[in-house]
Amino acid sequence: MANETNGDAKISVLNPVGYPPKITPKPMAPRLGSLDGKTLYLVDPRFDDSGLFLRQVQNWFAEHMPSVKTKLVEMSSVYTKDDPKTWETIKANGDGAIIGVGH
Amino acid sequence: MALHTHVFKQVVESVIRIHGMPQARYAFVPQPVMGKTAEQLRAYVDGKDPLTGRPVMQEVIEGLTRPAEGDRVEQIKFERSTPRVVDADTEDNLHDLFLDNNWTDKLPIILPTEKRVAEMLAHTGRKPDEVAGHLRSNQFRQHWEFTVEKVAVNAVMAGARPEYFPVILALASSGVSARGSTTSSMAAMVVVNGPIRNEIGMNSGTGAMAPYNHANATIGRAYGLLSQNLQGGSLPGDSYMGSQGNNYAYNSITCAENEERSPWEPFHVQHGFKANESTVSIFTGCRSTAFTLGVREQYWREHARSMLRGLDAHGAPTFVLDPIAARQFIDRGGFDTKEKLIQWVYENALMPAGEYWDYQLIQNYIYPRATFGEEPYASKLKAAPDEMIRMFKPDEIHVVVVGGETNGYWRIMDCNYQKTVSVDEWR
Repeated sequence: MANETNGDAKISVLNPVGYPPKITPKPMAPRLGSLDGKTLYLVDPRFDDSGLFLRQVQNWFAEHMPSVKTKLVEMSSVYTKDDPKTWETIKANGDGAIIGVGH
Repeated sequence: MALHTHVFKQVVESVIRIHGMPQARYAFVPQPVMGKTAEQLRAYVDGKDPLTGRPVMQEVIEGLTRPAEGDRVEQIKFERSTPRVVDADTEDNLHDLFLDNNWTDKLPIILPTEKRVAEMLAHTGRKPDEVAGHLRSNQFRQHWEFTVEKVAVNAVMAGARPEYFPVILALASSGVSARGSTTSSMAAMVVVNGPIRNEIGMNSGTGAMAPYNHANATIGRAYGLLSQNLQGGSLPGDSYMGSQGNNYAYNSITCAENEERSPWEPFHVQHGFKANESTVSIFTGCRSTAFTLGVREQYWREHARSMLRGLDAHGAPTFVLDPIAARQFIDRGGFDTKEKLIQWVYENALMPAGEYWDYQLIQNYIYPRATFGEEPYASKLKAAPDEMIRMFKPDEIHVVVVGGETNGYWRIMDCNYQKTVSVDEWR
């Protein structure tokens, strides 16, 4: 390779970074206002004992907000696969969802 | 509403931003969740978010009930672009800039001047502005795009000679990142086959997997640099979450297969290419290695089984054999093809079912698939805890011959074969 660089002379070099994707904004679901009488799905992604953790979240609701109905469900396969069936079930039968624990 | 462990704060913020969901609601609990008792996990729930200091469940309730404030989507700018050149400066300042911007592997680089990049580009028939591929650090992030020229810039930075460029372009086009972000600290392994090995002076013999060959060294380094720069970065805590890291990532164990001394079919021929075609094959994982000397007459089977049991059950074994060891496997076991050795490994890598299913990675990635009927995992799940079951599938087991016959060493690299890519298409 030819030596083009020396001392304090300014040189021009190329940027090594690729081109990012165009980001499309996605709206969030409306917030619920109140959880009283609502049904919440607790979604276990089945990773690193997350189901055991959500069981404690479920216990917390039973003790502190008994009017909230909670349903603990597992994702249908590994967390790396999308799970449209579970999302449809939650949309049809639930008011909101908590997914965890994300790593 | 999502709950995460606190060490993933930057990742969460980065992922919701690139997916266009700045209003997403989330809270954090302490890391780790894995292995904690019910009482300890309840303490997480009753406790405070370690990052905000606010009660976890208060944040959960608010996340579900309160409208988003102050971060309306229409106020956020999504359009970004990457300039072709950086501002002209002195050599020292540019080295500092590249280092500070995390564009290097923290080792000195060759500055990618117009002339050097042009020399690199002269060794491919592809146009500089042609899209060469897309990369991302894991499946939860979106792909970034790059041109042939962008690959050339990174190849120059790595110190690669222009004649290596088709190999580097093939790696870039693979869609497989050498800087994958997984907490398990992956690295890649690259095996080159066909005439290109000798055309550019790659080493498949003595010291092939060590820093003694310019092509091996710089092609592997270029693969790492282009991966991090063309996928949008590889920054610990943000776009790289390998807990311990992986030293193999410095050059992705880049070597050539010793086709001349191997008693078997070359790796790329096993995967559908002709012997006179040039290819790169990519493996990922490379977290653990078992090794030994020779294939002993009396106990070689036990030695091999012990080595296989030393791998995590969620891994995959690739046998990397010196030609002496390869021939010994033929002498001892009658494996006159790689496929016969692979079949033996498939049948002899065994583990009690209870032990297999208790591996955390098996719980995370295999058990959910088994419970929903995916074979062969569903059948394995029916085994009694003390019943011996197979650790790997046949298509997860591979054999590569590398080494200079200074002795009959061999190793089992725990890595997953990803794909084999044509180099000739990038000449």
